Amino acid sequence: MIEFLKQPWHWSVAGVLIGLTVPTLLLLGNKTFGLSSNLRHICAAVIPANLDFFKYDWKKESWNLFFAGGILVGGFIGTHLLSNPNEIVVNEKTIADLKELGLTDFAGMLPSEIFDIKYLFSLKGLIFFVFGGFLVGFGTRYANGCTSGHAIMGLSNLQVPSLIATITFMAGGILMTHFGLPLIFNLLK
Amino acid sequence: MKNLKYAIVGIIFGIVFVKAEIISWFRIQEMFRFQSFHMFSVIGTAVVVGLISVQIIKRLNLKTISGEQISINGKTFNKGTIIGSLLFGFGWAITGACPGPLFAEVGSGYWAILVTLLSAILGTWTYGYFRDKLPH
Repeated sequence: MIEFLKQPWHWSVAGVLIGLTVPTLLLLGNKTFGLSSNLRHICAAVIPANLDFFKYDWKKESWNLFFAGGILVGGFIGTHLLSNPNEIVVNEKTIADLKELGLTDFAGMLPSEIFDIKYLFSLKGLIFFVFGGFLVGFGTRYANGCTSGHAIMGLSNLQVPSLIATITFMAGGILMTHFGLPLIFNLLK
Repeated sequence: MKNLKYAIVGIIFGIVFVKAEIISWFRIQEMFRFQSFHMFSVIGTAVVVGLISVQIIKRLNLKTISGEQISINGKTFNKGTIIGSLLFGFGWAITGACPGPLFAEVGSGYWAILVTLLSAILGTWTYGYFRDKLPH
């Protein structure tokens, strides 16, 4: 059983389980699926700074922080207890494209040539950790949702704003991948 | 501990993120380059399952396990839906992670991502600070 779980899971298994999170949260307590809200709850809990946007009863939303905490623990279990003994298989074309950008190591979930703590105080770290993370936090809140809140929860509930959001953040990712990343990697050379 | 059940759902969810390699920066690159359908298939399947589930809940007027009425707030559209989503998309391609996977990556022991997560919190805070001045 454990050996079976250790293999990479098929997309259909992941898709069904992620999709079932929507009704599970609704049936457990009328909670709507959406993870970026947690970033706001953390601000409200830790650094509200008297801003209206962070003046609300975040404790009422603490279920979502427990959910996020669970994901953190699940990440630990998945990586350390159920880890795949084989390397991740990345598409050859993607590898070729990334080699052109200067990457050489395609092992692991994240490229070690970028996401290593040793790059924290370098331009690389500033762009990939600090700037990238900032865009995720600022953008999701400005858009009022992320992949979970808009693409999965919103589309499941047939929300037109969520469809627009999903198309737009996909477009943003495609633009950054094809035009932004080559510039960034060039800057880092 | 009424919140414990949500933590358990989160644990399963986090394991799925790792085991289906959704936390992988490479998988996100494959998606944005249209070189693999892995991520599109995951998201597409999740939407179909979510959609059917929500329809069943609505049609059968299902209640929560404690008998509460289920109501889902709609999303509203404003300029932020476009501008914010575009900025989030840029960040997603750089970090290879949306907010959910950020938590799973930290749990996996990618300590650099702790900085990304803190920066995402700062980004949200900055939005809250400038909210009145931003176009909506």
